[in-house]
Amino acid sequence: MSGDDAKPGKPIIMTKLMQWLLGASVLFAIWGSFVTKQVEIPILDKWSNLVLFFPVIAIILFGLYAAMVVLWRVYNFNDCEEAAKELLEQIKEARKDLINKGMIFKEVTEEASGK
Amino acid sequence: MGDKRSSDAAEVSDDKYSILLPTYNESENLPIIVWLIIKYLTESGYQFEIIIIDDGSPDGTLDVAKQLQKIYGEEKIVLRPRPKKLGLGTAYVHGMKSATGNFIVIMDADLSHHPKFIPQFITKQKEGNYDVVSGTRYIGDGGVYGWDFKRKLVSRGANFLTQLLLRPGASDLTGSFRLYRKHVLEKLVQSCVSKGYVFQMEMIIRARQFGYTIGEVPITFVDRVYGESKLGGSEIFQFVKALLYLFATT
Repeated sequence: MSGDDAKPGKPIIMTKLMQWLLGASVLFAIWGSFVTKQVEIPILDKWSNLVLFFPVIAIILFGLYAAMVVLWRVYNFNDCEEAAKELLEQIKEARKDLINKGMIFKEVTEEASGK
Repeated sequence: MGDKRSSDAAEVSDDKYSILLPTYNESENLPIIVWLIIKYLTESGYQFEIIIIDDGSPDGTLDVAKQLQKIYGEEKIVLRPRPKKLGLGTAYVHGMKSATGNFIVIMDADLSHHPKFIPQFITKQKEGNYDVVSGTRYIGDGGVYGWDFKRKLVSRGANFLTQLLLRPGASDLTGSFRLYRKHVLEKLVQSCVSKGYVFQMEMIIRARQFGYTIGEVPITFVDRVYGESKLGGSEIFQFVKALLYLFATT
């Protein structure tokens, strides 16, 4: 029964802000416990500088990752030359067909009203 | 196999698609977009209507629309003009009041969205029984025409940031070429508070929030009026504001 209480049928709705704050506090707590030596892991002593600056390092690495992803996507952003060409041809075709169907385009109306 | 596909299209004739075209000073583009919609949807065999919501354009867009109505008939072309510019969300509500279709397609009337994709949206919707199908410039064969490096960088950067913060489950948030179930669009318009182009972003985020399913179709976005399309400080400010608002509330 206690298991049921822990996992209610309805998921808890958290805003994205709350999710980020929760994630950040968990990471911060883990990092803090290493830095303040609340938790001692012998291997980490050798890398104490790295552990101390871990948040800054992580942010810089993520920034580099983000910049690379964005630039890669800009580079791979398709230029739709074909689509533009197709559209220009279809504009001509449409105008011709519509004039045949009795459509009066603006330029013509302006000339007519000018007379 | 070609025969089978066309008979499938005929079988699903219960569905009807109402295409909403909000216009402001589109007298040049409107005939072309209507012609293209009619061409591609007639070929595909689906039932459809085009609802033109003109917001009192001074360039005579409404007169052009009336001519089109004469050519194609009142069944196909429905005119629902409004006296002045009143915003996109209310244009959708206004247009939907007259819509007889059970699906709504929204698109820009400036020819940046090509109607050839509408039948693809419909096929996609049927494939996954989706509530929303969104056109996307960012995946597959999707793309843009007429954008320089800076414009692409801003677009991709903004998209990356949004994906990171909101995880919306859709790749193109600010695009406005989409197909919705009618009742879904009604509900979404009611619950969205943003104005301008960030309205489209809020719509798709809310769709995800309400648990609606979203399918995606790659589209080409042909920006022919690049010089005129604005991407100034105020647009970026609006975007950041909307992003933070959605980040804190959804």
